[in-house]
Amino acid sequence: MNTQTLDQLQIGQKAVVKRLSVDGINRRRLMDLGILPGTQLQAEMRSPLGDPVAYRVRGALIALRREQAQQIEIDLIEGEE
Amino acid sequence: MTAVTATCETCPAYNAAALKKLGVQVEAADYIIALAGNPNTGKSTVFNALTGLRQHVGNWAGKTVSRAEGAFRFNDKKYKVIDLPGTYSLLSTSVDEEIARDFILFGQPSVTVVVVDATRLERNLNLALQILQITDRVVVALNLMDEAERHGIQIDVRHLSRKLGVPVVPMVARKMQGVPELLQAIEQVATGAYVTRPYRIRQYDERLEQAVQTLVEAIHAEYPDLPNARWVALRLLDGDASIEQAIREGRLGDLTRNNEPGVIALEAVS
Repeated sequence: MNTQTLDQLQIGQKAVVKRLSVDGINRRRLMDLGILPGTQLQAEMRSPLGDPVAYRVRGALIALRREQAQQIEIDLIEGEE
Repeated sequence: MTAVTATCETCPAYNAAALKKLGVQVEAADYIIALAGNPNTGKSTVFNALTGLRQHVGNWAGKTVSRAEGAFRFNDKKYKVIDLPGTYSLLSTSVDEEIARDFILFGQPSVTVVVVDATRLERNLNLALQILQITDRVVVALNLMDEAERHGIQIDVRHLSRKLGVPVVPMVARKMQGVPELLQAIEQVATGAYVTRPYRIRQYDERLEQAVQTLVEAIHAEYPDLPNARWVALRLLDGDASIEQAIREGRLGDLTRNNEPGVIALEAVS
């Protein structure tokens, strides 16, 4: 099974965080935003240029740049392969 | 001290008698109170409720981050209140977070009041739990209770307080609700009448513990008076560049050298 990262999530799709493939301060920053293994995320909005994308995380909207989203490994929730 | 009943709370005489807002007179205080919290939790509203509308606003020494101070008198003791920058965490690297962190760690406030948004409790508890890791003297001000109610959110305050091991005071700071209870909680923690048992995460393994011990001994050898040596050791192991630099340049001691910590301690960090 190939590993999916958050940047591949389409608007409206939901996923669960599997792993954060980043260390140090950037990992800490993601965790402070509430993004940890097991956290559910939904892609909600894309900015006009396609980057960043806003994700719904624990009741708040959080915008992540593509390079940040690429560091978040996910499992898709329900259907849509 | 007699218990405050619901009727006392609404009686203007209660507040007027016990609480004297001192506004900008912030010289020699019996206790120093740090006010922490996420952005948009009503932290400034709580600050104003305690100190009155006037506040002394300046900058943190050497930083372009504004710093508000005020004071109040309660039951014949004078409290100085420092409004820390609103942050989501103490562990990342923004200047705001560093200021808040250094003040709580090395300024050794008598009490740190963490203002949390009752409508976003899960999110806000991140900072509260981080603060409970580094200080015993904490009061949680559970603000925006009216909005939580409007959203159908009910919070078991007593249970939350038992879990966290510190007083939790439900408030609507905008309407001055919960202010007398907050003052009492601050007083009780400041005087030690309320013995806190802060919730601490302990999941360190043997190897980590040994590494921490080794570092703590080395840190104490160099800085015998440094509080929170364990926390400093953990940050070093985590590769925190700012702490590493402070030690390398011998500035760690500056953080605690002064007796009137808070203020001066931070100036040394800049």
